[in-house]
Amino acid sequence: MRPVQYNENSKVKLADIPEGYSGEGFMATKFDQVIGLARANSLWPLPFATSCCGIEFMATMGANYDLARFGSERMGFTPRQCDMLLVAGTIAKKMAPILRQVYLQMAEPRWVIAIGACASSGGIFDSYPVLQGIDQVIPVDVYVPGCPPRPEGILDGVLKLQEIVKNESLRRRHSDRYKALLNEYGIQ
Amino acid sequence: MTNEQVKQQLLAQFPDLGAWEEQYGMLTFNVPAAKNLEVIQYLYSDAALQFRFLTDLTAVHYPDRAGEELCVVYHLHNLVENFRLRMKAYVPVADPRIQSVTPVFSGANWMERETYDFFGVNFTGHPNLTRILNVDEMDYFPMRKEYPMEDPTRTDKDDEMFGRGG
Repeated sequence: MRPVQYNENSKVKLADIPEGYSGEGFMATKFDQVIGLARANSLWPLPFATSCCGIEFMATMGANYDLARFGSERMGFTPRQCDMLLVAGTIAKKMAPILRQVYLQMAEPRWVIAIGACASSGGIFDSYPVLQGIDQVIPVDVYVPGCPPRPEGILDGVLKLQEIVKNESLRRRHSDRYKALLNEYGIQ
Repeated sequence: MTNEQVKQQLLAQFPDLGAWEEQYGMLTFNVPAAKNLEVIQYLYSDAALQFRFLTDLTAVHYPDRAGEELCVVYHLHNLVENFRLRMKAYVPVADPRIQSVTPVFSGANWMERETYDFFGVNFTGHPNLTRILNVDEMDYFPMRKEYPMEDPTRTDKDDEMFGRGG
């Protein structure tokens, strides 16, 4: 018997093996599934926090709620390294070009979560200087409701996004439909 | 320094100042729009008055006052005597032109840009009269009282749905 027992009560959850054909000493599956699995479990978040939703996001990153459990350990404060843009807070019209610039600087594949009522729809700021939802300037994958949402809500949004990432075809970003979507926003 | 002293000294120099009031003890008067810079220069440099601090500069829109819809308000402060006064100049909304007071107060620069941004007052002689808070593409002045109230039956929140000129 070892003097120290490791992982005796471990609650570490391993990802399921993707569907495939396996036999003695080999396993065959699709790139889509393996790469999707890897991407989904290591999304690098880029927080774009402007107000109270940003405070909730800080709690989500902290020890109690711990976004790191889901593979989003490291905030990258540069768009060039990140996969997941988290827009948390009111976006004024004057800030819209900056948000768009940040999105353009991210490399494909990239995903966007709109956290809270303001980022999703303008929220209570139904007024001339405020952008009525960030989906007017960039495409959004997941909307998290709430004003501000609880950290559980943000975690739920990230898990929803992981499902999208897992099931995304590797060719999606080359598809005509995707190009048409970006064209709607004037992004080449 | 009392309200009466300041009033008498100003009237001796500028007889066309009018509408003298003392709201909550604060001396208030109107100045003809063409003379705003001259009066402010006098208030600043006169040895007895010494109003050397521009507390605030803003505008008010009175849609019902035909020919003088926009009111430009200056709040001045004499820091030595701790004495404040309020000066108002009215301009028509059709041609809201008034002289910039930036030659006297450099601090008026951003206040006048803000007043231009929200009310469209055209400060002649300002070094850089551009929008300061709103987006540059905005083609209206949002604080003027000339926009319809929101349509209660609207289904979307886009500007064009409720007359904000989007």
